[in-house]
Amino acid sequence: MAKELKLMKGNEAIAEAAIRSGCDGYFGYPITPQSEVMEHLMAEKPWEKTGMVVLQAESETSSINMVYGGAGVGKKVMTSSSSPGISLMQEGLTYLAGAELPAIVVNVVRGGPGLGTIQPSQADYFQATKGGGHGDYQLFVLAPATVQEMYDFVFLGWEIAFKYRNPVMILSDGAIGQVMEKLYVGDYVPRWTDEELRKNAPWASFGKPTDRKHHIITSLELDSAKQELHNHKLQAKYREMEEKEVRFEAINCDDADYIFVAYGSSARIAEKAMQLGKEKGYKIGILRLITLFPFPKKKIAELSTKVKGMLAVEMSAGQMVEDVRLAAEFRCPIEHYGRYGGIIHTPQEVLEALEEKIIKRK
Amino acid sequence: MTEEIIIAGFGGQGVLSMGKILAYSGAMQDKEVSWMPSYGPEMRGGTANVSVIISDERISSPIISQFDTAIILNQQSLDKFESSVKPGGVLLYDPNGITNPPKRTDINIYKIAATEKAADLGLAKVFNMIVLGGFLKVKPVVTEEFIEKGLMKSLPERHHGMIPENLKAVQTGKELVQAVHTL
Repeated sequence: MAKELKLMKGNEAIAEAAIRSGCDGYFGYPITPQSEVMEHLMAEKPWEKTGMVVLQAESETSSINMVYGGAGVGKKVMTSSSSPGISLMQEGLTYLAGAELPAIVVNVVRGGPGLGTIQPSQADYFQATKGGGHGDYQLFVLAPATVQEMYDFVFLGWEIAFKYRNPVMILSDGAIGQVMEKLYVGDYVPRWTDEELRKNAPWASFGKPTDRKHHIITSLELDSAKQELHNHKLQAKYREMEEKEVRFEAINCDDADYIFVAYGSSARIAEKAMQLGKEKGYKIGILRLITLFPFPKKKIAELSTKVKGMLAVEMSAGQMVEDVRLAAEFRCPIEHYGRYGGIIHTPQEVLEALEEKIIKRK
Repeated sequence: MTEEIIIAGFGGQGVLSMGKILAYSGAMQDKEVSWMPSYGPEMRGGTANVSVIISDERISSPIISQFDTAIILNQQSLDKFESSVKPGGVLLYDPNGITNPPKRTDINIYKIAATEKAADLGLAKVFNMIVLGGFLKVKPVVTEEFIEKGLMKSLPERHHGMIPENLKAVQTGKELVQAVHTL
């Protein structure tokens, strides 16, 4: 594939990836710090190039339900927003998960709670990985740490979403959304033809020929026995994701005394803190989570038997750290460090936290 | 080589675009680059700053709090960032409107009277490129050839006619920059 070099913001990379990955429709509503997603789409006018629909809805509630409609007919559809807007979408997300519809939802997280601030945060981890909407469901959650990953994870997102018939969330933050870095883009992947759609999404409601029953897209089932069976099926799917789809990057973990566990922009900051720590003679590794659900339980359990301690670094009051502790079953000290409410921790602060909370721990 | 830079001044001075041109030029020269703006509810006349990193290696954090070079274009930014320059680093400032000049003795300090020069030449639009020229004289992290390529890549084609004027401004900046205190 021909690779072209661009310099882009993370948000623009999401939009560029949508167009180049053969997305059929984007429905969104502007909110800082992710407004560049729709800005870039509107500037590129993909409806003239690929026929992709870009529509500014009247609200986030509306956008997610447009996604539900598009996904129901087997189209590659997506939306993006930031924290308060994603909260508004929770009803739609649980319906998508219940009706087993593929879609991509991007959350460029900002500081909360409430309307909060417009600066970067990672305090939507619980909402993304533990439900957010009602019922026993899971989103597949990808955490990009670079502009390139913002782009690549849209392509990966379609793959996962259609393979498992499950909504995929790209959980980013204001820093990765706003930073501009080098980005290599590939050729345009054409949108699916009707024939391809029937092959790739044979369950979709694309019209009923006489030789089969209706395809029904719904999350409602009044017979609880059937609903329990449906739940069993969903749980089996989530376990399969845990078995097959865990993704992470382990940097210098093999002979490390200490591990930073982090994702997204915090993983980048922790990498710098690792370099600063090396100058002081510390052997630090980083476990950078790429999938937040499925969570890399096994890798964390394995590392917990080898190291002197782990520091979960996240821009929240301590959310991911709970999963790290559960996975490690307290086999080593695990502490949390993070600034929050829109403040980004510095590499120096992260290293000091490791020294105070883990290295000098009595 | 890794150069971590903060550029700070008033909104409207071309702080963000100077950073962008620097980042594009670095990318054209096959370096790794990042450009991280401080984004906020600020408006024209408010403060604006951007961190730019140019490196031969993979860039870890695009968010940094200590800098090899600080390019400072107003008093508020000087007050805020003077202490964030790494020992032995560079502080380059435009003396226009500066009432309390930098005081540190463990860094290299340069000044460039770019506001005054741009006004004299009637070239207010390329003020930021004069400053960029001053920086490149002190720290030649990207070569002239790639500045031109960076401009071509970052400016929309309808503005490509202005590239020679921009390059001239870079040259002017190189001649204008003065050492105040060097180690």
